[in-house]
Amino acid sequence: MIGFLRRWPALGLLALVGAVFSALSPEFLEARNLVNVLVQSASLGIVATGMAFVLLTAGIDLSVGSAMFVSAALAGKLVVAGWGLGAAFAVVLGVGLAWGLGNALVVTRLGVKPFVVTLATLYIGRGFGLWLTQTRALNLPDSLLLVGSARVAGVPLPVLVLAAVLVAAHVVLEWTAFGRHLYAVGADPEIARRAGVPVRRTLLGAYAAAGVLAALGGAVAVAQLGAVSPMFGREREFAAIAAAVLGGVSLFGGKGRVLPGVLLGTLLLQTVENGLVIVNADPYLYPMVLASVIFVAVLLDSLQARAWRR
Amino acid sequence: MSALLEVESVSKAFSGIPVLEGVSLSLAAGRVLGLVGENGAGKSTLMNVLGGVVFPDTGEVRLAGDEYRPRGPAEAMARGVAYIHQELNLLPNLSVAENLFLPRLPRRGLLMDRRRLEALARERLLAVGLDVSPWALVGDLGPGARQLVEIARALAADARVVILDEPTTSLTAPEAERLFALVRRLRDEGRGLVYISHALGDVLRLADDVLVLRDGEVVGSGPASGFDEARLITLMVGRSVDTVYPARAEAPPGEPALDVSGLGRGGAFRDVSLTVRRGEVVGLAGLMGAGRTELLRAIFGLDPPDSGEVRVHGRPLRPGPREAIARGVALVTEDRREDGLVLDATIADNLALASLPAHARGGWIDQRALAQALAAQAAAVRLDAPAGLGRPARTLSGGNQQKAVLGKWLLGRPSVVLLDEPTRGIDVGAKQHVYRLVADLAGGGAAVLLASSEIEELLGLADRVLVLRRGSVVDELCRAEFDRERILAAALGVAPAGGRS
Repeated sequence: MIGFLRRWPALGLLALVGAVFSALSPEFLEARNLVNVLVQSASLGIVATGMAFVLLTAGIDLSVGSAMFVSAALAGKLVVAGWGLGAAFAVVLGVGLAWGLGNALVVTRLGVKPFVVTLATLYIGRGFGLWLTQTRALNLPDSLLLVGSARVAGVPLPVLVLAAVLVAAHVVLEWTAFGRHLYAVGADPEIARRAGVPVRRTLLGAYAAAGVLAALGGAVAVAQLGAVSPMFGREREFAAIAAAVLGGVSLFGGKGRVLPGVLLGTLLLQTVENGLVIVNADPYLYPMVLASVIFVAVLLDSLQARAWRR
Repeated sequence: MSALLEVESVSKAFSGIPVLEGVSLSLAAGRVLGLVGENGAGKSTLMNVLGGVVFPDTGEVRLAGDEYRPRGPAEAMARGVAYIHQELNLLPNLSVAENLFLPRLPRRGLLMDRRRLEALARERLLAVGLDVSPWALVGDLGPGARQLVEIARALAADARVVILDEPTTSLTAPEAERLFALVRRLRDEGRGLVYISHALGDVLRLADDVLVLRDGEVVGSGPASGFDEARLITLMVGRSVDTVYPARAEAPPGEPALDVSGLGRGGAFRDVSLTVRRGEVVGLAGLMGAGRTELLRAIFGLDPPDSGEVRVHGRPLRPGPREAIARGVALVTEDRREDGLVLDATIADNLALASLPAHARGGWIDQRALAQALAAQAAAVRLDAPAGLGRPARTLSGGNQQKAVLGKWLLGRPSVVLLDEPTRGIDVGAKQHVYRLVADLAGGGAAVLLASSEIEELLGLADRVLVLRRGSVVDELCRAEFDRERILAAALGVAPAGGRS
């Protein structure tokens, strides 16, 4: 147990945060609220899983928030224009895939740093989405909200989607050649190349996964909100990076797992946010508290990376 | 017995400088060929030809009678030539099994077949006699085990030729013994092995045949029984001197400028003490990995030492490059592209980098004085920059890049100069300029500590030579005692050739 805690510090932090909030408010530990935390975690967890693919290659994708926005805005326009939800959903995923491949091609073919490429697509995407929606919120039909609040065998649909994504990503990372190549490229692209790993194709897959999962996470959030506001998805890239890093995915590449890591990181972030709401904390404090949690996580990552290198 | 691998008059030159000249060798199945030679003798290039990393300019290689011209490491491997490089190519965050078979992990359907991977890995590990779990992370293994994993990886079952380049440098004695047992076993299985090492005793013990390279040519070969360490060393070093070194005035006994006492850092070097006086050039000899670079970096404060003290002109030097520069210490690094130059910045900016404080008045830089000083400095180091100092440093040739690095440091008029391989990879003409600069520096009263792999260079320039071996100073020679064989023997850790001089 001690070893497990050392390996997954997010679990210890989660227990600590949970203890603090349950001491501050009896409401926190109620089953209704805990389910609520899970439901609220779904979108972030999905986006963070995609982010983990990219972080494992020692890259980064700052554009996932904009990918969420653009795919949701485009699909929202189509739904308003009378398209079915299924077709719109396919468009969402298609936009996400194209988004990720676009990022990856610039990174691999032109050799531009992922940070720069995705910073550019962050702003390009945000601008394009604002133009598309004319900065007005898109209100979507109630049928969508019904999907977002549906339950299957008593389990909320968003939680099921999150579970499916986490399990699938875990299997891909741990049990497929592509997944193992991600780890190899993240540890040392040169050695991986010499060993015969298809480095470019691996990177392509990582960014494609980040794009598709960002779009899917966006779709889940839209189904819960029932609308696409001009602010939709903004700064979600930082929440996603934070969730992944809190869960033990290294910013330096090659290290980290989706299960339980990214799940724990996501739950930790969402629990802090939920708890702050429940104890009626000043909303202006949220970013500071969240940022402190993220800072601690990144600090731990840097210290561990240094020890690793020794 | 027919030859498994035959190399016939292979030559190779890099940018006009010959590295291999008409080298021939023959390796039979079930034999170990020991390959020895000084740093830069062409051993690695020769093996890179066999491993498909480098193409020969002329000459022919035959493998089991067929023409063998691999166009890449993958083809070499496919033809049954396993080249185990000196530096390990393993991924620390993956398991042993994954490292062994990447990127061809066995699959069942879309998923990796973990059970089959484990079985295959066990088989390979057994073949090299390594008893670790196939699922252990490579990062958790010691250097000996890693070396064996590397061998296991290169050793496809049908590898007919196995090349081992310095496999024992990071191994403890028992680990090395295990490796030797493995080498013998592979030989007895009927494979042909090439064993490259500076540990001459090991080579003589393991090898059936020996090949000695010097300056890209074969200077000795035959059954190992016909050689002993002394003979090998004589063959390795006996070269003609074709470089002229600048005349050095007899060093006046200046006061000590650099005092190092009991310096140590991690596994790199320990308890090193040395003194360099004003106007003196002290040479630092040793094999690759002996700790020369690490020592210079620690003196300069790039990597702070764990123990010991550095004094400059009698006062202790706090670790850190800023402090060192402020106290008049300069370090010219071995890897100028990585450490020495900002390649995309202009030549002028590079030259000015280390001496801006000297040209600043109250925080403002006196641009006119600086420009004059830069032009004078470029001329002093004979920097050949036809397009002017405003061009990026990238546009300079290798020799001129090195001169720019020297110019950068000398502009600050350092009183203690640490030089790490200042002539690596530059042409003969540029070398002469660098030698001239070193002599001028010492003539001007600076204390120079010069690390070089070329013993010749040390003998030509230094007043004294210290020999480092495995991080310790093992010998010290003053000018009257200079002797190539003694230095090489000390660096290799063998008794010097008795009776010869």
